[in-house]
Amino acid sequence: MVHIPDGFLDPKVWVGASALSAGALAGALAQTRKALEERQVPVLGVMGAFIFAAQMVNFPVAGGTSGHLLGATLATLLLGPWSAMLVMTAVLVIQMLFFYDGGLTALGANVLNMAVIAPWVAYGVYRSITGLFRGNTSRVVAIFLASWVSVVAAALACSLELAFSGTVPLGVVLPAMMGWHALIGIGEGVITVVAVSFIFRAIGVEQPGQRHFLAGEKK
Amino acid sequence: MRKSVLLGLLIALVVAALLSPFACPYPDGLERVAEDKGFLDLAEGKELIHVPMPDYKFPGVSNEGLATSLSGIIGTALVFGVMYFLGRALAGTRRLTSSSSMQGKEERRE
Repeated sequence: MVHIPDGFLDPKVWVGASALSAGALAGALAQTRKALEERQVPVLGVMGAFIFAAQMVNFPVAGGTSGHLLGATLATLLLGPWSAMLVMTAVLVIQMLFFYDGGLTALGANVLNMAVIAPWVAYGVYRSITGLFRGNTSRVVAIFLASWVSVVAAALACSLELAFSGTVPLGVVLPAMMGWHALIGIGEGVITVVAVSFIFRAIGVEQPGQRHFLAGEKK
Repeated sequence: MRKSVLLGLLIALVVAALLSPFACPYPDGLERVAEDKGFLDLAEGKELIHVPMPDYKFPGVSNEGLATSLSGIIGTALVFGVMYFLGRALAGTRRLTSSSSMQGKEERRE
């Protein structure tokens, strides 16, 4: 995906990204504190556990490149964007501290791309499409597109950070990143659609403060 | 709810333990771009911290698949634990609310 290692970003970029992420996470903590109920707590844990596990399973896309689930859209659809931010951040922190997947200095940028931008982009796309079109088909399309756009948006942000760092010119990195992540985003869309339908059929989850974000529309 | 939480956790652990060893070994999107565009070497030798399981391999296990499985199980459990305790801390005061508590929640916010 777009886990940036140490060495790719210059100080102004990683400090700036870290500041933005810290601000956004403060908001996520405050909003989640307002809305989260105790009985919903284990669901946050399970969501994080599943996203961590799924991120380990790379799938081939094309031409000797692989991708894996990001999970930001899945978490957003099931938990809402604020809690999704916290879940994605927990995954990224554990990945960095225990597996060195994503760098220490790059953590703020990785959080910004995958735990802030991706959930909110997914939320925006999903809400826009389901607001405009009703019905089951449009919901599936919305889930797929939200997933795809969330991955491409994270890759776009990553490209900009690399370019601002002077690591690689934007004109070089952007087309390459967009191309691969447009493909990886298809995998994201398929997995998220399948996972969401499975979860709502088999389990049913309510998100903190805003019950039945997905399921409620069905009723 | 309890049951579905256990089911979800079980699914996560099965994915981490049984699917992760079969993950596609090709470089991922960013790694591939860094390779193609010649900036992958910027990350080499830049390790700032020592981590217990670099590259998702449990140390001292010669079987690669098993090493990946073990690190997957540990990581999955860690994320569950971290999120569970963070959630507990955040939900802290909302112990007694039930499904009929939307109104109560509004009141508490005042």
